[in-house]
Amino acid sequence: MRAAERYVGAAVCLAFAAGAFSQEAAPSRVDPVQDTDEMQHMDHARHDPPGAPEPVPSPHGAADMEQAGRSKEATRAEAPTASPKDEASASEPTSSEREHVAPDPPQHEVPPMGYSQMAAMMAMDDREAVGKALIDRFEWRDANGGAALEWDGAAWYGGDYNKLWFKTEGMRRAGTTEDARNELLWDRIFSRWWSLQTGIRQDFGVGPLRTWAALGVQGLAPYFFGVEATAYLGEGGRSAARLTTQYDLLFTQRLILQPEAEVNFYGKDDPSRRIGSGLSELEVGLRLRYELRREFAPYLALVWSRRFGTSATLARAAGENADDLQFVAGLRVWF
Amino acid sequence: MYRPSLARPALLSRRRFVQGLSGGALVAAATGEMTWASAADRSATLFGPDFNLEIGTREVNFTGLPRPATVVNGQLPAPLLRMRQGDSVTLRVTNRLPVTSSIHWHGMIVPADMDGVPGLSFTGIAPGQTYVYRFRVNQCGTYWYHAHSRFQEQTGLYGPIIIERSSGERHRSDREYIVLLSDWTDSDPEHIFATLKRKSDYFNFGQRTVADFFADVRTQGFEATVADRRMWGEMRMNPTDLLDVSGHTYTYLMNGVAPAGNWTGLFNRGERVRLRFINGSSMSFFDVRIPDLKMTVVAADGQDVAPVTVDEFRIGTAEVLDVMVEPSDERAYTIFAQSMDRSAYARGTLAPRAGMLADVPSLDARVILTMTDMGMGHGGMHGAMPGMAGDAPMAGMDHGPGGAMDHGDNADMNHDGLTGMPHNAARPGSAAPRHASKEFGPTVDMQSEQPLPRLDDPGVGLRNNGRRVLTYADLHTLGGPIDRRDPGREIELHLTGHMQRFIWSFNGEKFSEAPPLRFKYGERLRIVLVNDSMMTHPIHLHGMWSEVLDEDGSFLVRKHTVTVQPGQRLAYLVTADALGRWAYHCHLLYHMEAGMFREVVVAREEATREHTT
Repeated sequence: MRAAERYVGAAVCLAFAAGAFSQEAAPSRVDPVQDTDEMQHMDHARHDPPGAPEPVPSPHGAADMEQAGRSKEATRAEAPTASPKDEASASEPTSSEREHVAPDPPQHEVPPMGYSQMAAMMAMDDREAVGKALIDRFEWRDANGGAALEWDGAAWYGGDYNKLWFKTEGMRRAGTTEDARNELLWDRIFSRWWSLQTGIRQDFGVGPLRTWAALGVQGLAPYFFGVEATAYLGEGGRSAARLTTQYDLLFTQRLILQPEAEVNFYGKDDPSRRIGSGLSELEVGLRLRYELRREFAPYLALVWSRRFGTSATLARAAGENADDLQFVAGLRVWF
Repeated sequence: MYRPSLARPALLSRRRFVQGLSGGALVAAATGEMTWASAADRSATLFGPDFNLEIGTREVNFTGLPRPATVVNGQLPAPLLRMRQGDSVTLRVTNRLPVTSSIHWHGMIVPADMDGVPGLSFTGIAPGQTYVYRFRVNQCGTYWYHAHSRFQEQTGLYGPIIIERSSGERHRSDREYIVLLSDWTDSDPEHIFATLKRKSDYFNFGQRTVADFFADVRTQGFEATVADRRMWGEMRMNPTDLLDVSGHTYTYLMNGVAPAGNWTGLFNRGERVRLRFINGSSMSFFDVRIPDLKMTVVAADGQDVAPVTVDEFRIGTAEVLDVMVEPSDERAYTIFAQSMDRSAYARGTLAPRAGMLADVPSLDARVILTMTDMGMGHGGMHGAMPGMAGDAPMAGMDHGPGGAMDHGDNADMNHDGLTGMPHNAARPGSAAPRHASKEFGPTVDMQSEQPLPRLDDPGVGLRNNGRRVLTYADLHTLGGPIDRRDPGREIELHLTGHMQRFIWSFNGEKFSEAPPLRFKYGERLRIVLVNDSMMTHPIHLHGMWSEVLDEDGSFLVRKHTVTVQPGQRLAYLVTADALGRWAYHCHLLYHMEAGMFREVVVAREEATREHTT
């Protein structure tokens, strides 16, 4: 019903449009039973030899409409889905139907090739690798054992599914790297918001080197909390776990408060690195950054950290407090 | 849905809005008399049937920073090509770039090897080489052309095409102008693409803040505001993500002129002026209006439509709309084209004399996506959707006498689980979408569970704005469809992606992962697009028309590029009468590059069988 009204409306418009149709070539409907082979032959006859592609229907003007109609019907006759039912409904060709001309078949075809070659030719490859380097924290802290320089960064490279990650975190004080950690991880996305990360971690700084195997997940928890949860197995039956989460709270499009929390657990005491078993350390930070550019943001922060159990005892033995509230100034950069 | 309470004024002060140089960019584009947009200046207009085009680079300066652009015959935008319906044209395209190039004639139905997509149509145009495109022009109307190689379109390779109707225009006009909208960036597009992969919301400077939370608490109440934030937080989606690349980096151009340059088209009072709007941008949707002037849309994507008069329209990337205006006063009018995310605008002027100006409207308030856009039905937005009465199911599709389709022929085509036509899914308005299994993998971040046709929905940011805004339901192509047959089968494709990871795909499969879609030569088929993402996608099928159906399954409008809104389910018919290999993709350039692309192969049935077994 609605369609019918529409066509009436369209017809009115057409009439209004100064009888454009009446000037068009008469819509002579050609007998649909065309000899397909003959049409094919005609197609070829029209074509110039390869090298000078001329895949253009006959250029004469007056016969154009008819030519068009014939090509069309040839198509129809070949159409495997054409059925008597179609023919029944095809009593009154639309003007668009008469005007539309199917393109000729291509004269030249691109030789068959694999995806990589095709992607190169298209200059379009959705498997391309991308890299990013982020120095999330490069900061000065007024820690209770003396001013410290801390860093926390990551770099990755890879495609949509697999990436190679490098993470680094550490603290230097008075010209000495006291505690630091590097990780090299293979990152594989496995669900909408999470990827699996597995690889190795090495701790360095004061005390002996410790090397760990790492297995964890990284991703985005509900409510936009960025989460990293990783378990580590080291030499001599050592084990550890680390959990971090952070959130971006936008005061403006550029002034962003980032609450962040990190906890570390260890399976065994490691006094030479001032680590006690169990929950060893909790750190909570509030960083307020201003993104001069998205990639470049200075920040001020308050960080509170606390050591627990044996870790706290070891810290006190080294002349530090078990808990510490620090004022922090730093820079966040990525590219 | 438009929720005024959530709308915020777009504060230009807090983001860089590049108005561009008032001096304009190119000498050719900066003169008062303009370029091909003015019929008087023929230097930038090429007349058929023989065209010589040379792709090269030149320095342009839209923002104060000289930058290299990709140009044709030294021009940005590329020259206007004027052709005549029925002519056989020859286009010799020479590539002076150091890399392979290509030109695609957007919306023109040409043989597959003339379509200009490297890897599918041909091998591309190597540096220093000339490719000769030859085809007969069987259609008429406004079209455009652009590069189909990497980001050359973004850097300037786009231009208009006008094909004169052999029997004379249906709609008389005294004067006409091309209004080609585009998005210029000083940044290297490679860098923009990599940036989107690194931080997908990089260009979004309209995100919700703490202040917005409290503003919403004041207007909506605490509970409703928290519920809203919870809902989006649980989905981990950002309701302000309307465009991936914004006015933060883009300077929007009108006929190659920045807003400050103010492209001007002249008219004499009382004239009927035809404006041929082309969205030649890479990543932008524009909402276009001419304050105080009604626009009568007379053609969409080059196809004449029953005239419909509106105040405003949204034009998707690669879409084309011809409108008539009749300025009756001796005054200037501003052509205002704001980006869908309200981050900036392109602007020009219609005036009786050069140098006259009209007020430039301020950007509309920024609006955020709603549950409707998410394909979640009507939750929390009662009665706000025009033309959508409650939750009543859409009318089914009338298949005419005989009812059901003949499925016998297609049984063997049911090879990817989504083709064929299950009885329960034959209705374009049916609410239960069939999601491909790949959609539940790690590369897709959401599904629309209640997608609706919503053809009469002008889209986010335009609903109930007090202006008469064009919708797809208003567009009725004159002359009916090109093929009256019922579709023999249906292919349902879901527009999918992952915002955070910036991965884009159909049915959860990127181009590299998906086999070609195979159409049987001669068949009429229905394509159902379900937008399972939060972005609006302009979907372009090369070589064949997309004949959009209304909610009853009747022919509505013939298009080359079909915009699908978030949470929308839209159906169109295609006649596979174009043998060869074709591109089928989202026309947002970076979405295409990220995987939202499929190859379509139209082959005779024997060949199809060979390929599928």
